[in-house]
Amino acid sequence: MMSETTTPRRLLQGNEAIVHGAMAAGCRFFAGYPITPASEIAELLSILLPAADGTFIQMEDEIASMGAVIGASLAGVKSMTATSGPGFSLMQENLGFACVTETPLVIVNVMRGGPSTGLPTSPAQGDVQMARWGTHGDHPVVVLAASSVEDCFSITVKAFNISEKYRVPVILLSDEVVAHTRECVRLPAQTEIKVVDRIRPSVPPDWYKPYEGDSRGVPPMAALGDGYRHHITGLIHDEHGFPTQNRHEIERFHKRLTKKITKGFSDIQMSRGFLLEDAEIVVIAYGSVARPALRAVEDARRQGVKAGLLQLITLFPFPRGTVSTLLKQCRAALVPEMNMGQISREVQRVNQFDCAVVKHNRVDGQFITPLEIFKHLIKL
Amino acid sequence: MPTPAQAIRHEYLRHNKKFPHVWCPGCGNGIVMGALLRAIHHLELSKDEVVLTSGIGCSGRMPTYLDFNTLHTTHGRALTFATGVKLANPALNVVAIMGDGDATAIGGNHFIHAARRNLNLTAIIINNSIYGMTGGQYSPTTPFGAISTTSVYGHIEHAFSIAELAVTAGASFVARSTVYHADLIDRLIEQAMQKRGFAVVEVISNCHVQYGRRNKLGGAVDMLKQFKEQAVTVSRAEKLSPEELEGKTTIGVLVDRELPVSTEEYKKVRRRAHESGDKV
Ligand SMILES: Cc1ncc(C[n+]2csc(CCOP(=O)(O)OP(=O)(O)O)c2C)c(N)n1
Ligand code: SF4
Repeated sequence: MMSETTTPRRLLQGNEAIVHGAMAAGCRFFAGYPITPASEIAELLSILLPAADGTFIQMEDEIASMGAVIGASLAGVKSMTATSGPGFSLMQENLGFACVTETPLVIVNVMRGGPSTGLPTSPAQGDVQMARWGTHGDHPVVVLAASSVEDCFSITVKAFNISEKYRVPVILLSDEVVAHTRECVRLPAQTEIKVVDRIRPSVPPDWYKPYEGDSRGVPPMAALGDGYRHHITGLIHDEHGFPTQNRHEIERFHKRLTKKITKGFSDIQMSRGFLLEDAEIVVIAYGSVARPALRAVEDARRQGVKAGLLQLITLFPFPRGTVSTLLKQCRAALVPEMNMGQISREVQRVNQFDCAVVKHNRVDGQFITPLEIFKHLIKL
Repeated sequence: MPTPAQAIRHEYLRHNKKFPHVWCPGCGNGIVMGALLRAIHHLELSKDEVVLTSGIGCSGRMPTYLDFNTLHTTHGRALTFATGVKLANPALNVVAIMGDGDATAIGGNHFIHAARRNLNLTAIIINNSIYGMTGGQYSPTTPFGAISTTSVYGHIEHAFSIAELAVTAGASFVARSTVYHADLIDRLIEQAMQKRGFAVVEVISNCHVQYGRRNKLGGAVDMLKQFKEQAVTVSRAEKLSPEELEGKTTIGVLVDRELPVSTEEYKKVRRRAHESGDKV
C-alpha cells in the first residue's frame, strides 16, 4: 500500500541524519562540546532544538555535557550528546552514573583514529570495546553502529527507543566516513515512525519505589518535579534509591540491571543478513565497513564463491545467537574492521564450531576498500 | 505541639531514610543543613519543586536525608547536573551543595563556567579547608603552611578564596558566612534562592576531625569560636586596610547585581528560532 504521506528526498550527511532521527524520536535536549567529526550534530541541533521548544547548550567540556544530559533526562526530557574519541573518554565517568541510575540517554560517538588526539580526523573503529567497557565496574549498556545516512536516521530513533524502554544509556557508534558521506535519502514522515517513551509511575507517590523493576526488571521513571520525590545516587542503592551496604540488596541490584537487558535480547540485538542462506563464508562487519563488505560479497558471488554478509547493528549486548548460527553453518568468517580486532575477538569468543575466524584489520587511517575484502575473501 | 524547630525537622527530614547520618558529631555540615531547611521553609516552597544536587564528599551526603527531589551526583559535577535539570524544567528551584574540593578542585571548571553562564541556580559551598571524606588531604582552600595528610611538612600552595572566585567569574549574587553565624546563613540562602541568576553562598565550616585536630585548632566548639573572632562584616571590612584584613573572614553579601540570566535569555533564543522558521 502506498503511504499517504510522501516526504521529499533530501541530500544529507550522516551527522545531519542523526539530528533528524533524534528530533523524530523526541529528543529535546542536547549538551555537548565541539569536536571533529561530530560538530555538525551540535550545530544543527542548536538551530532545530529551540525551534521545537527544546534546549541546546554548549558546555565547558564533555564531563559537564554528560552531567547536563543526565540532569535533563532525569527532569523528564529525552536527551543526547555527541562527540568523538577524546570527548568520549571524558564522558566515561558520568556514563557510569547514567548506568547505575538507569537514566535513558543517547551518546553518539563519531569515531576517529586514536588513541589520544590520534588521527583528526581519519576514519577508525577503535572505540568499540571502550563503548562497552569504558566506564568502571560491571554495568549494562547498549552499543549500536550505523553504516549509512539512512541508518543514521533510523538507528538513532532505535537508540532512543531502546534507551527509554530499558532505562539504559545507548551509545551509537558512527565514524568519520558515515558522518560526512552525503547521500540522497527519503526520511519517513513522523507518522510512520515508532516512538517509545519511558514508562511513568502510575502508583500514588507514597507507594513509589524508584528502583523496583516491573516484570521486565525496568522501574517506572518519575521526572524530577513530578511529585514523586525520591533520592538518586551513584552509590549502589536499594529499591528506594538509598545507599546500601547490604549484600543481598547489592546483589539484587546488579542482577536486575543485567537481567533487564538479557530479557530484552530479541528486541535489542539487531543485525542484517545478505546472501546468508547458503553461505559457506560469512563476512561479519559493522558501521561504514559493512558497505565495502557487501560489495565484496556480491563480487565473490559472481566468482562462484558462496559468501554472505552479516551486518551487526547491535554490537553490545553481542548478538551471540545470530553469530553462532552462522559460525556453525560456515567454514570461515572474515571480520574486517578499522581497528586491531575489537569485534573479531567477540566473534572468536562465541566460536565453538569448526569455523575459522579470520581478522582483516586496517589501522592506517584509510577506509577499507571492497577490493581488499574481496581478495581476502576468495582466498579463504 | 512540636516546637518550630521540631516542626521543620518533621516536615523536611526523610522519614523513610534509615538514620543515623554519616557525619561526625559536631560537624558544621549539620548547621548548614538546618539553615537550608529554614530558608526553604521561610520561602514557603513546595517540596516537589525543590531539587537538591550534590557532589561527592561529606557535604555531598546532605541531600540523602532531605525530603526533596535529591540528586547525589559524581565528585565535582553537581553543577553540571543542576544545569541540565534547570534547563529542562526552569520551574524547579535547583540548589547545588558542594564541598571545597568538590567545587573548586575537580569541579573548579564547572564552578567558574556556571558562574559565567549565569543560570538561575543556587550553589552552596561548605568550605572546611580540607578533603573531609577521604581522610584529610589538602584541598584548594587549605591555607599555606597547614598540615594535612598529604602535606605533613606544611602546605606549600596558596588557598583560593571561593567567594572572590565566584565574583570574578561573573555570578549574580555572592555571599559568605561561617557556621558560627547560623542565622546569617539562613538569610543568605534565602536571598540566594530568591535571586534571579547564579547565586553562591560560601560557608566557612569546621572539619575538626580531619583539619582542626591536625592543626591544633581544638574541637568543634573551639573552631566555631575562632570563626566568630575572625569574622568581619562586609561594611566593616570596607573600612579596614589589607593588613588589618589579614587572617579575617569577610561575611555578608559580597556582590548582588542584575545580569542577564541565561535561563531567561534562552526563551528569547527560542522565540528567534520560531520566528526565523525551520530553514534547515
Ligand atoms: C573522580 C573522583 N576522584 C576522587 C574521589 C574521592 N573523593 C571522594 S570525596 C573527595 C574529597 C572531598 O572533599 P570536599 O569536596 O572538600 O568535601 P568534604 O568531604 O570535605 O565535605 C574525594 C577526593 C571520587 N569520589 N571521585
Ligand atoms: S570528616 Fe570532617 S567534614 Fe566529614 S563529617 Fe567529619 S567533621 Fe564533617
